[in-house]
Amino acid sequence: MDNLESIYTDVIMQHSTETYNKKKIDNPTAMEHGHNPSCGDDITLEIKMNNNVIEDLSFTGHGCAISQASTSIMIDLLKGKTKEEALELINIFIRMIKREKISEEELDKLEEARALQNISNMPARVKCAELAWYTMQKLIEK
Amino acid sequence: MTNYDIKKDFSILNNQDIVYLDSGATAQKPKQVIEAVNEYYELSNANPHRGAYKLSIKATEVYDEAREKVANFINAKLKDEIVFTRNATESLNLIAYSYGMDKLKKNDKVVLSIMEHHSNLVPWQYVTQKTNSVLEYMYINKDGEITTSEINEKIVPGVKIVGITQVSNVLGTINPIKEIAKRAHEVGAIVIVDASQSVPHFKVDVRELDADFLVFSGHKMLSPLGIGVLYGKMELLKNMRPFLYGGDMIEYVYEQNTTYAPVPTKFEAGTQNVGGAVGLSSAIDYLNNIGMSEVEEIEKELLEYAMKRLSELDFITIYGPKNLQNHSGVISFNVNGVHPHDVSSILDSQNVCIRSGNHCAQPLLRYMGLDSTCRVSFYIYNTKEDIDKLINALLKTKEVFAKWINI
Repeated sequence: MDNLESIYTDVIMQHSTETYNKKKIDNPTAMEHGHNPSCGDDITLEIKMNNNVIEDLSFTGHGCAISQASTSIMIDLLKGKTKEEALELINIFIRMIKREKISEEELDKLEEARALQNISNMPARVKCAELAWYTMQKLIEK
Repeated sequence: MTNYDIKKDFSILNNQDIVYLDSGATAQKPKQVIEAVNEYYELSNANPHRGAYKLSIKATEVYDEAREKVANFINAKLKDEIVFTRNATESLNLIAYSYGMDKLKKNDKVVLSIMEHHSNLVPWQYVTQKTNSVLEYMYINKDGEITTSEINEKIVPGVKIVGITQVSNVLGTINPIKEIAKRAHEVGAIVIVDASQSVPHFKVDVRELDADFLVFSGHKMLSPLGIGVLYGKMELLKNMRPFLYGGDMIEYVYEQNTTYAPVPTKFEAGTQNVGGAVGLSSAIDYLNNIGMSEVEEIEKELLEYAMKRLSELDFITIYGPKNLQNHSGVISFNVNGVHPHDVSSILDSQNVCIRSGNHCAQPLLRYMGLDSTCRVSFYIYNTKEDIDKLINALLKTKEVFAKWINI
């Protein structure tokens, strides 16, 4: 049970059910599609860049609570950041999920996304949490 | 023998507190099968068909006995109509390459059901594209069944191959194979039956069905992983080219050409999985000892009980046939508003193992307007208590999500 409650936390459940980041944006500068063939999670990210800054970011699609929450949390975190800042945060997040070496200072930078740390103990769900972040990485590096 | 007696033979289910409801993916193995495989490796292991020494001859005999047992189990006319493969997927690829690729001509039609597993669908996409033939589907009604009018409308002159699963791995639908085979033969087509979800669960008779080809995997019927079966009518197998080329499948090899061994060896290149065949043979003994009608009875009882308990839950949608006579022990459902992946994680935290996802049947789910479902599938070792635990775990799922969504 402890396990369950450390996964389906208030932060994750709130983000998975709230939809303020789940929409289309006007005149996106780029889009990227991400898909987990094994479980069917399927999202599309839309971005509006203003010079080097992420002015707006949103998603559409469907998936489990973990993937939906992870996407929404990521959008909150990366909006307003520069391209380089975003890539650094994505890198920290992926290392956190893969249980690689990571400092407390780096974890702090992830803000609410830290709530997803316990997913790293659930191999069956790691891909759900990662999907948005890998998709975002591709989108930025385009 | 009851399912409670049977369960005692499955150490994996007794050594830990788990409810295993994913036998449609792979079945657990009884100790009799594990012991038979052990014994083979401890007493009889050698490369079959190779040595002139006693041990190799013993391995060859054991392999041949397994072939005979499989033939009897599905009532094939000849022992040599059984080809061993790795699994149903390999069997279906063998048919697609060695039969489909050679026999299909431009504008010929291949008809599949929309409920085929990717293994009986993706190979046919490739083969029809290569041969410029046409791939068409028989669709299901709202209860997940293929109607007679759909069969007669789709299986028409010009159709050369019909591929059909005997039981849907998603919906549990039992398809009318005899009717489909009869119709296929009337228009001059052959019928390929995917029996992966049927042979383990009820008596399948290839001659009664009049199947031209029939395939299944050992691991879904209590045997080890890595052994599968292709049944084919001898006349068809004789006129097909080999699938894999190499050792053992040959007669004479010259520098520039080769003559091939007779059926079934022609289709069994390389050193074969004798240990797997021994396991399959032992699994057949185990099932025969219970009796396939008893196996069917046990599962029917579980299905009826599970359907009754699941339909009491007002937050669940069940898919598939309403008529339980056409329904095998596979149930797909969704917890309203909750993604199947989350449901299976929460069930897992309650030690209940179920499958979630698209079950290797994306075209079926898309046709039904779904992304994924939860699936439970039963076998002879499941009990009513397992289903009670499933229901309790689903109630727990509701509790976890009720704070956040209307469920």
